[in-house]
Amino acid sequence: MIELHHITKTFNKGQVNEVLALDAVDLQIGKGAFVVVVGSNGSGKTTLLNVIAGAVLPSEGQVVLHGQDVTTLPEYKRSRWVARVFQNPLGGTAPELSILDNFRLAALRTQRKRLVIGIDEKFKKHVKDQIAVLGLGLEDKLQQPIGTLSGGQRQSLTMLMSVMDHTDILLLDEPTAALDPKSATVVMQTAERLIAEYGLTTLLITHNLQESLRYGNRLIHMAGGKITQDLDTEAKGRLGLKEMVEWF
Amino acid sequence: MLFYLTALVLGLCLSAMGLGIFITMKIFRIPDITTDGSYTLGAAVTAVLLMQGWPLPAVAGVAMVAGALAGVLTGLVHTRFKIDALLAGILVMTGLYSVNLSILGRSNIPLIQVETIFKALALFEKPIYNELFVGLLFLVVLSGLLAYVLRTDFGIAMRATGNSESMTRALGINNDRMKIIGLAIANTLTALSGFLVAQYQNFTDINMGIGIVLVGLGSVLIGDALIKWIGVRNIWLQLAMVTAGCILFQLVLAVALSLGVNPNLLKLITAVFVLAIVGIPRVFQKKE
Repeated sequence: MIELHHITKTFNKGQVNEVLALDAVDLQIGKGAFVVVVGSNGSGKTTLLNVIAGAVLPSEGQVVLHGQDVTTLPEYKRSRWVARVFQNPLGGTAPELSILDNFRLAALRTQRKRLVIGIDEKFKKHVKDQIAVLGLGLEDKLQQPIGTLSGGQRQSLTMLMSVMDHTDILLLDEPTAALDPKSATVVMQTAERLIAEYGLTTLLITHNLQESLRYGNRLIHMAGGKITQDLDTEAKGRLGLKEMVEWF
Repeated sequence: MLFYLTALVLGLCLSAMGLGIFITMKIFRIPDITTDGSYTLGAAVTAVLLMQGWPLPAVAGVAMVAGALAGVLTGLVHTRFKIDALLAGILVMTGLYSVNLSILGRSNIPLIQVETIFKALALFEKPIYNELFVGLLFLVVLSGLLAYVLRTDFGIAMRATGNSESMTRALGINNDRMKIIGLAIANTLTALSGFLVAQYQNFTDINMGIGIVLVGLGSVLIGDALIKWIGVRNIWLQLAMVTAGCILFQLVLAVALSLGVNPNLLKLITAVFVLAIVGIPRVFQKKE
């Protein structure tokens, strides 16, 4: 589903602050895999995610999604396959728009936004049913601006929004980093449920090592722009927290 | 009374521009200075074409297209060359001054003998009521149309673009294209104001656009204060508040004039008034 061939990314090339963020990375991720990525700050995790999403174009190498070379395709066109949840709860939602408007846009991620009023009773009911599953009581506040909600509530909604339209690939960039433990659990459980339900190919970046052990079926560790560890389901299952800490 | 009715009609005519500035400033958060140029552009095109005897709908159409092109130009300069929106607007506005002068051929054209949109309808005996009716009709149609567009899927995408660019990019929206379209719509509306005002005051002058963006900004700020004060969420009502802001602004200027203020000082008063609208709430906010 995701193939990275020899991806190199250099920021500020030729300047004093030149940074080699990704160093000839090769990575294949099969359909339905749930890959967890860990690594220190500056190890290249987020750049890796951004290269897949199209927010960052690689200096060298090739990106293939769904069998199609998308190396030079901008982010807004890759949204045909890719849904994202950002670290900052503000990043994935439009704060001044209502919950309903935010969901409407999410439901059109892979489609054209046409000059017709698309929010009807059927759509409202669909959104309501989806949100009710969260159990946060937000299903009765559809007209409320999404910016008035807490970070945890917004992040849970963003997670739901990512499956409002057809999705192949889900990119989660430290989705719980800004949240309290309880909200973080709600968000991650929602993610796990949706990933299983829709068979999404998922990449999760996290700094929370317990989270990285609990979720996913493949574990990658990055350092200095390279993939230094790549554990399959079995090896990941055997891995202990102590052992993992030594990677850092 | 007639004096204030005149100000009211002028406020209605300028509301189209107010709606345009509402789009750029409140929806896209772009300070668009192109307004000064596209307003005069609309008025210049209107004057020249009316003098040549073109029918009113065609004149309105050409004025709108001209305004849209000005907006697209600012949008292209801003997005393609990555130039600050403020500077992009100043560049296009400055260039438009020469364009407008070339269109007009001289510094002003009087429109006394031609059939204007305000003389086209004769429902009432007094001309001012006809003018009021035309201005009102225009505005209702325009804001109705705009409110509809903003409620469509495309409109939601447009509103989201100014709100969270990372979100819209991830949801398949080309932010640059959206900004260009937004600036085009805004300047179309501004040119339409030029079209109306030229016919209302019966002349087009090359300098009529100087500082008009400030009038628009002030009006939108009043409208925004009303929106927040009343707590309006409905888009249609928000647009109505912006219109109310435009009318209030003109009434304040009319009051200033009726108090015997020298008309030469009108721009200064406009600037001070806008400063007061922006500044006073901030001073109070600090105290809280």
